[in-house]
Amino acid sequence: MIQFLGKRFLQVLPAFIGVTLLTFSLIHLIPGDPVELRAGERGIDPKRHAEMMVAMGLDKPLPVQYLHYITGVFKGDLGRSFVTKRSVLKEFFTLFPATLELSFCAMIFAIFFGLPAGMIAGVKRGTVFDHMVMGVSLTGYSMPIFWWGLLLILFFSVQLGWTPVSGRLSPLFWIDIDTGFMLIDTLRSNEPEAFRSALSHLILPSIVLGTIPLAVIARMTRSSMLEVLQEDYVRTARAKGVSPGRVVIVHAFRNAMIPVITVIGLQVGVLMAGAILTETIFAWPGIGKWMVESIRRRDYPAIQGGILMIATLIIFVNLLVDVLYGIVNPRIRQTG
Amino acid sequence: MKLRNYITAFSAVVLLGMLTASVHAKTFVYCSEGSPEGFTPALYTSGTTFDASSKNIFDKLAHFERGSTKIVPGLATSWDISEDGMVYTFHLRKNVDFHTTSFFTPSRQFNADDVIFSIERQRDPNHPYHKVSGGNYEYFTGMGMKDLIKSIEKKDDYTVVFTLTKPEAPFIADMAMDFASIQSAEYADKMLKAGTPDQFDQKPVGTGPFAFVSYQKDSSIRYVAHETYWQGRAKIDRLVFSITPDASVRYAKLKAGECHLMPYPNPADLEQMKKDPSIHLMEQAGLNVGYLAFNVTKDHLKDVRVRQALSMAINKQAIIDSIFMGAGIIAKNPIPPTIWSYNDAVKDYDYDVEKAKKLLAEAGCADGFETDIWAMPVQRPYNPNARRMAEMIQEDWSKVGVTAKIVSYEWGEYLKRSMNGEHQTVLLGWTGDNGDPDNFLSVLLGCDAVGSSNRARWCYKPFDDLLKKAKLTADIAERTRLYEEAQLIFKEQAPWVTIAHSVVFEPMTQNVVGYKIDPFGGHIFYGVDLK
Repeated sequence: MIQFLGKRFLQVLPAFIGVTLLTFSLIHLIPGDPVELRAGERGIDPKRHAEMMVAMGLDKPLPVQYLHYITGVFKGDLGRSFVTKRSVLKEFFTLFPATLELSFCAMIFAIFFGLPAGMIAGVKRGTVFDHMVMGVSLTGYSMPIFWWGLLLILFFSVQLGWTPVSGRLSPLFWIDIDTGFMLIDTLRSNEPEAFRSALSHLILPSIVLGTIPLAVIARMTRSSMLEVLQEDYVRTARAKGVSPGRVVIVHAFRNAMIPVITVIGLQVGVLMAGAILTETIFAWPGIGKWMVESIRRRDYPAIQGGILMIATLIIFVNLLVDVLYGIVNPRIRQTG
Repeated sequence: MKLRNYITAFSAVVLLGMLTASVHAKTFVYCSEGSPEGFTPALYTSGTTFDASSKNIFDKLAHFERGSTKIVPGLATSWDISEDGMVYTFHLRKNVDFHTTSFFTPSRQFNADDVIFSIERQRDPNHPYHKVSGGNYEYFTGMGMKDLIKSIEKKDDYTVVFTLTKPEAPFIADMAMDFASIQSAEYADKMLKAGTPDQFDQKPVGTGPFAFVSYQKDSSIRYVAHETYWQGRAKIDRLVFSITPDASVRYAKLKAGECHLMPYPNPADLEQMKKDPSIHLMEQAGLNVGYLAFNVTKDHLKDVRVRQALSMAINKQAIIDSIFMGAGIIAKNPIPPTIWSYNDAVKDYDYDVEKAKKLLAEAGCADGFETDIWAMPVQRPYNPNARRMAEMIQEDWSKVGVTAKIVSYEWGEYLKRSMNGEHQTVLLGWTGDNGDPDNFLSVLLGCDAVGSSNRARWCYKPFDDLLKKAKLTADIAERTRLYEEAQLIFKEQAPWVTIAHSVVFEPMTQNVVGYKIDPFGGHIFYGVDLK
């Protein structure tokens, strides 16, 4: 197992370097430098401009800047944001719990509804239920997140008043934020109302962010189920007189899960991309919104650091998926 | 057993206390548009940062009267200006408390040390705080304060003397600006000794109407009323900034009653807001101007008749209607109507195609000519859609035989190239800093600004002399007269087509009372109450 992990880890190292190099060159390709953008109409005199470029380390040739950056990364230093002047790593970790909490809830929502729907659709192939699940999931998959989010807000929050419009907690609660996970912090605050408020703030964003993964998971589960149900061992189990429910859940479903787990792992990347829009609509203070803002302001250290951290996360999750594979299917562990 | 009873009773009382506290506290929620960059106003330039800091936490030596550009005493009760206009003596207010917060308890009241600290931090490169938090004082540097202020001295605990290198009439207005917010020298000292000077800029302590409680990036900022505020305690108990970057979502929150006031509505939502009985929509002309500058050093544009003709050929009303959708008014002067010395007697060039053609013929351009129109790639209150505006002007000019090509660059590049004068005509605008006419006229049209913010590259001696004269006197009546005359010359010489002043809209729920729109575009919650 350790050998297996070590091998995988060595394989991801070039990916890390690639990500840093790619983000570094891409952001320097966007025209406009951070100093000029901040000055705006007001303008800035060339002397002051040069001074500020030196202060930000932007006066050196690009390869030198990259080298400086990458050595910092290996020392665990992602630099300081040009805008807030705070450590990028610190900023990332103050915002990350919000994104993690939202993504986690979105994923639970997607799995909770996606798996059973896909499974039943697979078993009841060709029925009305099957067509309905496939139709709805296709719609969900093609739904523009921005529009979907606003639609839900207008209907559930403005018209019906069931859920709050945006944010993570009603401003009326003044609780201490320790962990950054609102559900945990509100639980610790001994104010049950605050916990309820935090939970109700999670509903709409989770649905919006979870919609695409839900559709993908449902479709994947269905097709995987269909395939597995044709297998010989399923027929054998049926011939042996195993109850239909047991055949589906124990024999077929477990094997059908393998490709689904891969897909769930890959959805983490989709979640991160979706988080950017979802967080903007719901004013959710997470990584996605921070990234958009940083790009707009050409806050190079924040963009580089943020993307590196997200890439690391995605690589890590996929590594975890590989390990999970091994647990679900021992054959992979032996040959991998 | 007894102990347990005590604990139960005690917790019940505490819980009840907490409940009643949260029921009775009057909380005002403002759906702000973004996160502040920090809390020391001197370090930053964005309005979002000023709303979260200088507008509500800090005081300045002089204040702008709420809702106007008129200057009134702030932390200084009065000031004397020497004959030559170079020495300003400020007499400071006594019995002013700093905020007592969970992270700092002041041991003394506001005095001259705080004024000196707040200005010297920005001025003196050897000040222990100068380099803290990046140490860029853009406003201070941009307003030329570094060269202007020769020295600051403490005469006694309640008297501070500023000596300038040259007379500067708008100096008091400058001291009312956000960068001149007065911070606590005692707190700064304490943080320095504790080795955490950064915290000074993240957790602010001021003398203003609201005291900072906590900030969560991209989520919320919390304040409580400053109990012993020198102008009297605020009417609301708690102030919350609920950070909501999307304008449609802000509107939804306002409708759902999750916030009481929101800034920057979508122009497209205004119609609906006006009809909504639960929303009160306030409006006021913004402190800005959107213009088209002629590069007066280029070919035909050197001729004043050509510039006048091109001004007449533009249908401004059509631009206001289709681009501003009611959120703008036609500009005839380079300064907005909310600024003192605005000359209402100036007559604008009326839209008149025939007269424009005649003038062009007189200037020897009867067959028209080719030129360009630069369109900004960004949205601004004074110009929500520069591309569309350029197309409309292009269309208008084609009617008088002038063919214009529309040019656009990435924003940084646009600013740089137009500063270098590569354009023939360029769309741009300006938002005022301190409500002083000089902040528009000298910055945008003065001879010293050619090659930087004077995009018309227009240096006209009679006009410039008036501005220079006005800068040397502190007499408002005399300055008003000079600026009024300058505006007449400006219109006659037509270095710009003045296009529009935006209209600022502030939608709020019906139970908000006492809110006044700040002409500087800020959001001030002192004096606001909930019915």
